[in-house]
Order: sequence, then C-alpha cells, then structure tokens
Amino acid sequence: MDAANITDCQTAVVRMSSIGAGIHILREGVEPVVQMTCRDRNRIAIQSDLLGAYSLGIRNLLCLSGDHQMFGNHPTAKNVYDVDSIQLIRLVRRMKDEKLFFSGEAFNGQEPRFFVGAVANPFADPFEYRVDRLEKKINAGAEFIQTQTIYDLERFTRFMEMCVARGLHERAYILAGVTPLKSWRAARFLQTSVPGMIVPDEIVRRLKSAEDPREEGKNICLEQIRYIKEKVKGVSGFHVIAISWPEIVPDIVKGSGLYPRPVID
Amino acid sequence: MIIAEQKPIAEIAGYIENCNKVLLVGCGGCVTVCLTGGEKETGILASALRIKRRLEGRPLETVVCVVTRQCEPEYIDALDSVVRDVDAIISLACGIGPQYLAGRYKDKYVVPAMNTRFAGGAKKHGVWEEYCGLCGDCVLSLTGGICPVIRCAKSILNGPCGGSQNGKCEIDRDVDCAWQLIHDRLKILGRLDTLKEIVPPKDWSRSRDGGPRKMVIEEVRNGSNTEEAN
Repeated sequence: MDAANITDCQTAVVRMSSIGAGIHILREGVEPVVQMTCRDRNRIAIQSDLLGAYSLGIRNLLCLSGDHQMFGNHPTAKNVYDVDSIQLIRLVRRMKDEKLFFSGEAFNGQEPRFFVGAVANPFADPFEYRVDRLEKKINAGAEFIQTQTIYDLERFTRFMEMCVARGLHERAYILAGVTPLKSWRAARFLQTSVPGMIVPDEIVRRLKSAEDPREEGKNICLEQIRYIKEKVKGVSGFHVIAISWPEIVPDIVKGSGLYPRPVID
Repeated sequence: MIIAEQKPIAEIAGYIENCNKVLLVGCGGCVTVCLTGGEKETGILASALRIKRRLEGRPLETVVCVVTRQCEPEYIDALDSVVRDVDAIISLACGIGPQYLAGRYKDKYVVPAMNTRFAGGAKKHGVWEEYCGLCGDCVLSLTGGICPVIRCAKSILNGPCGGSQNGKCEIDRDVDCAWQLIHDRLKILGRLDTLKEIVPPKDWSRSRDGGPRKMVIEEVRNGSNTEEAN
C-alpha cells in the first residue's frame, strides 16, 4: 500500500490520537493519512495540533466533521464544531498557501504544508447535492478525496459520472472506499444501523448463503474493485477500509492486481 | 419563547429538605404558555411537595404566588410582603427567575424547580421544539429560514454532512436533517446556488462564549430612571 488512513476517534469512541498513532506508523516506515475532525477541537486546538503534527513529519491530512458524540462511549460529552469540514479544508490550505492562521494573522516559521484531503459520501442525501458538496470541498482546497465505503455500485457509478462531467476527477484524486465483510451480520449491521450507508440486499444474501463467508466477503470486495477499475471513470485509487480485519488487506491488494505499487520519488 | 420543564419532585424536595415554610413563585411568561410553570402548575407542585412531606411526617407550609414575569424586577417587587418568613423560595420560571429572585432577596435560599431547555415554539398541542440557537449572529437569510446552528446536530454551516439519509439526521431517525430541509427550501426558492458558496467560520464571540451578553437600546435607557437589576 501507499499510505494508511488513521482515524480520529471514529464513531466518537476514545482511541489513541490520530497524530500519535500516525507518528508510530511513520516510524515503522508507513505513510500516514491523519484524520482531523471538527467534533472535539476548536480552531485554536486544531491549529496547534496541526503545527505539532507537521513538525513531527505528518504530511497527509484528511479533514472531516466527525461522527456525532452520541454514537460513542462518551455520549454526554459536549461537541465543539467551531468550524465545519469545509471551513477546515479552506483554513488549512490558507495556512499552507498564505502562511496565515485561521484568524487571518500572519505567522513566522515553517508553515504546515499538508496534502489536504476530504471525504465524500455518495450514499448520503440529498443525492443531487452530493456532487455539489464534493465540488465545494475541492473549491475549498481539497487535493484528494476518500469516499464512504461503496456497496451500491450503480449509485457510485452515477455519482462518478457527474463528477467526471464537471471535471472534478482532474482537480482532486478520488479514492474509492471498499470494505471487505466477514459475515452477513456485519453487512446487515451496516445496512440497518449506520447512517449514510447503502448495502444492497444481494450482498447480505450472498454472504448468508456462502459456505465460507470470509472468502465470499473477500471475493465481493475484489469484484467491486475490479468493477470500479474497469467500468467507473475518474477514480484514482482505492481506500481499503478493513474494519476489524486488517490482515485481509494484502490479499485484497494482491488479488485485485493493485500490487506491486508504483514507486514514487 | 423559552421552553422549560419541571425537575423531578424528588429533586426539588431534596433542595428544601430542611425547610418548614417555602414560597413557590410561578411565572406568567413563557412557562405559563408551555404549561410547566404557570398558576396551575405552581399550585400542583406546592400540593405535591406538601403531600410528600406529610407522608414523611414532617409537614411543609407553602405559599404560592405567580408574577407576571420573573425576568423584570418591577414584577418581583410584589413578593416583598410574602418572602419575609419563608425559609426558601422555589422559582418555577426559566433560569432567569431564580437569579432575579436571589438578586432581590439576598438573604433567602432560592432554588429552581425547572430545567430550562431551549428557545423554541409549539409544534402541536403539548409538543415544543427548539428553533433558535441564540447564536447572536443570525444566518437564516442564507438558509431558507431554517436554523443550522441549532437544528443541525453538528451546527455546520456548509451542510449536509455525510450522515444525512432519507431526510433524517444521523443521530436519530425521528429528527429531520436541517440541511435537507434547507436544501429543499432553497430549491423551492430557486436559490440552490447559495449552497455553492463556502460559508466562513462563525463568530462565536457573539454566542455564549463571550460571557453574559447584553443588549442596550440607548433611547430607552437614556429616558429611564430605573436602576439596573443584579
């Protein structure tokens, strides 16, 4: 793989900080994509953490609003949302491009020169606005895009056709998110309990009737990657979101013909 | 209006455990309209507290008063004659009431009977919902008359986020996604292009973050001789 996405307390459950974990994997020779959500920090804390992260060698930053705290293990916490994801993208770009704090004040010293990413969810509503919102993120300065996990290929294809028609794929690298499933229960959970996800019944059915559900889950994922590579225009790469199943990543990457990775200077 | 709801009886009773005589003060403003702190509810709370204490073998004496509004000092003056011999004052107003009462009767123990919830309006009889985040810098002109600051669970100004599905918010399938409503409304108005503009970060210093907020209408203040309430 080229880089690993490090989440920022996903589903609002307390974890090691994305910056801390990012430093660990950087030391192990893996390129981290560090997430920064707007849920837990105001604009002062965000900038401070970003300056620290950059000073320690973090170079890729994914800006997102973050899952609401009610999903996590501290549902009585107060959320922040001082800035939203689109404002964050613009302000991080302004730090890089103009050496300005979020307030507009100029600063001395090394500016954080992050490769700035954003997320897009083609499966959230209103569908017709989803491409507009992606464009808004690119206009704000997003250089790469990670999509929500894709199961509904038809809807994703329509989404990408609209992106390509507007030339968005030439303005940012769009990475398609795929998640191999271990069981039909996992599929059903995503289908019924995770907002902003669409899981077709066919996937649940296939996993349910499979003799070896894990093998079937891997095969579905490989089919999805193959389909997107061959049939969907505008996709620059893949983000394998191997939830609770990291050991499957090598099989997915090799099995889908994405290995060996190109060498980049 | 301000929507407030009564605290559990046990909690209120706990505040006045050591008191023999208390004054309950209802409010004729918002809490009368939302049926939680008006004349009727104040009387019922007084009865409930008396019954509870009688059952415990420690009878409680109550005095009940309802003032026009607890958020204006001139209406509170009417209580001067009844507060003298009470051990505590229970306010059934929003959070402003107990503070005004405590400010005027400095030697009295003043407790709230209410949890002040939000600024909102009636949805239907018996149902009230939050509509204003009191942010001090209204954005409704941009958002089709729907407030994202309070009706969006993340208060985002460039929504909807990725958790919006089938018109509902990720936090609860019974909660409308404010940004879906905004989108639909701007579509009707032919103003969807507004959503393409990046709304800059909000000036939260006009919200609660800047300490107690104050509004002054100079002409009115200059023509008045009254003293400031504390």
